[in-house]
Amino acid sequence: MKKSYEIEVDCANCANKMEEAAANTPGVKSANVNFMALKMTVEFEEGQDPKKVMEAVLANCKKVEDDCEIFF
Amino acid sequence: MNKKQKKMLKRIIAAAIMMIVLKVAGIFIPFGKIPFGNLLLFALYMVPYLTIGYDILRKAWKGIRNHQVFDENFLMAVATVGAIIVALIESGDYTEAIAVMLFYQIGELFQSIAVGKSRKNISELMDIRPDYANIEVDGQLRQVSPDEVAIGSIIVVQPGEKVPIDGVVEEGTSTLNTSALTGESLPREVQAGDEIISGCINMSGLLRIRTTKEFGESTVSKILDLVENSSSKKSRSENFISKFAKYYTPAVCYSALVLAFLPPIINLVIGNSPEWGTWVYRALTFLVTSCPCALVISIPLSFFAGIGGASHEGVLIKGSNYLETLAQTKYVVFDKTGTMTQGVFEVSDIESKDLPKEQVLEYAALAESFSSHPISKSLQKAYQKKIDQNRVTDVEEISGHGVTAKVDGVPVAVGNDKLMRSLGLSYDACDKIGTIVYVAVNGRYEGYILISDLLKPTSKEAISALHRGGIKKTVMLTGDRAAVASQVAKELGVDEVYSELLPADKVTKVEELLEKKGAKEKLAFVGDGINDAPVLSRADIGIAMGALGSDAAIEAADIVLMDDDPLKISKAIKISRKCLRIVYENTYFAIGIKLLCLVLVALGYANMWFAIFADVGVMVIAVVNAIRALFVKNL
Repeated sequence: MKKSYEIEVDCANCANKMEEAAANTPGVKSANVNFMALKMTVEFEEGQDPKKVMEAVLANCKKVEDDCEIFF
Repeated sequence: MNKKQKKMLKRIIAAAIMMIVLKVAGIFIPFGKIPFGNLLLFALYMVPYLTIGYDILRKAWKGIRNHQVFDENFLMAVATVGAIIVALIESGDYTEAIAVMLFYQIGELFQSIAVGKSRKNISELMDIRPDYANIEVDGQLRQVSPDEVAIGSIIVVQPGEKVPIDGVVEEGTSTLNTSALTGESLPREVQAGDEIISGCINMSGLLRIRTTKEFGESTVSKILDLVENSSSKKSRSENFISKFAKYYTPAVCYSALVLAFLPPIINLVIGNSPEWGTWVYRALTFLVTSCPCALVISIPLSFFAGIGGASHEGVLIKGSNYLETLAQTKYVVFDKTGTMTQGVFEVSDIESKDLPKEQVLEYAALAESFSSHPISKSLQKAYQKKIDQNRVTDVEEISGHGVTAKVDGVPVAVGNDKLMRSLGLSYDACDKIGTIVYVAVNGRYEGYILISDLLKPTSKEAISALHRGGIKKTVMLTGDRAAVASQVAKELGVDEVYSELLPADKVTKVEELLEKKGAKEKLAFVGDGINDAPVLSRADIGIAMGALGSDAAIEAADIVLMDDDPLKISKAIKISRKCLRIVYENTYFAIGIKLLCLVLVALGYANMWFAIFADVGVMVIAVVNAIRALFVKNL
């Protein structure tokens, strides 16, 4: 399952870091951050609850870039 | 400016004023002579420093705690804190540290405003998303979300509104502005029975439309999806930059460490004074200079602007990587029917002996008016006037030959050469390409009408534009007969032509061409998308044209030309080249200036002021340059 979320982040490099952090979160198959469109597309692994996974994704993103937000 | 940016601007102004006031005060008040004066001065200068830099320090600290040490916050924090320590011990000049932070924040603010602005520009360009659909409930119009409208519902589109969902016009006539979809300013006329595509703007009359698709499946949704996801496919340049940034910052930090400690230690070993202050200061300046922001921001911004500008021109590009490939295209292979020709059969020539041409056409159109053959349609279309079938009597359709009839009582024969021969008429055989309809009136040959698949008006110009633009070879593939193909090829000025190909043969031909070309030369295939899907995916880059409303084309191709104009092929290539040129300019410029500055700093030719000016300056220039990719109208 693939879902797209709006995000808030200030710099392109931070967006790249968020992408990496999200992709390395358990339950996430692949993640993509589009800095210019301020969107994060997450592909979840089978049988995962997107909401729960996204909480972990946000926590991981906050670790690499304090100043970010994901709206889910 | 948004709230965050306004707050930053206030911080910048406040810190700048405080810094200047302190500097001026320092001239009049001898801090060095009063007790604890130096500490007081330090404390006073910390106020503007923390005002402008507290968030950077916090981020750097959090980064260290989360094992994400090397980023620009860390660079800035270490550089400025280091400069303050040097000032505390040696010079007493704190302004440098504050100025570095100040300019860094000004640069960040500028960048954030520029990115926000271009983000807004581009989303305005792509502003085709309909917010609502009008449905009629008990004679009253009600606005509902387009998502809620079921297939087969009737929606009402008033003048000035966007068509929210694909459908068929039930009632009303109007002109549509399709420029948001196609970049084409020519309005399109619609009337009852016509298909209508979402995303167009209704300009004049009220339209009632029966929807044929759900909103999610409508053209407008598909296009928005495509554009919004376009940058998920990253180009090699973008991947290079993210990899570069990953290794660059740690490399610079270690170099700075070496710069701070190695020369003083060598000095100590060979017995000179170590000059710790000088080298630590140089190392700190080195850190300030090294910030990679210009690169990291300007490359994705260039691609985003390029894709945005292109979509405004009716060229949809599915990813930055395709923009990159398109810029390297040296071979353009294309399909004939529907791509270079209109794919509809029209009267292209009338030749007559004694009667006026219009009359030959009139006789032919009338005689054929009872036939359902495509040729009859073409004749009627060319005739334009209303056909009065009462004028036609004694119609006899001779299969495989044509038609004989009486028009206004005059016997007329309309058909091919076989018909002429079977009627025993002498005629001037015509060897032009297309379907030839001979016309005999009153037992006498009067002329012929040539019906052929017309070239698009811009096809010839499109091919010569490609050649002028440095395309090495243009190749036409077609399933049509060799005679027709070679004539069209000659007329267009195409380099090579292969005819009588089945769809599978086209794939084989493209594979042959792919093998012959160099590795860095890319091959683009242009087709109309419906039966060209295998070729589109086999080529380095597939361009589908005339995609307005064709889902298959949007799916199969990497680049979609929204209207039928083949000139857009060379336009798309030009857009991609401009964008890539900007990307390279920025990459070389930013890395070049950075390296130069780093060398100057290491050798001691530059101080921290110079470093921060260089950093912010390069970033501003790169961002402004990147935004240039948006302007592609006059390419």
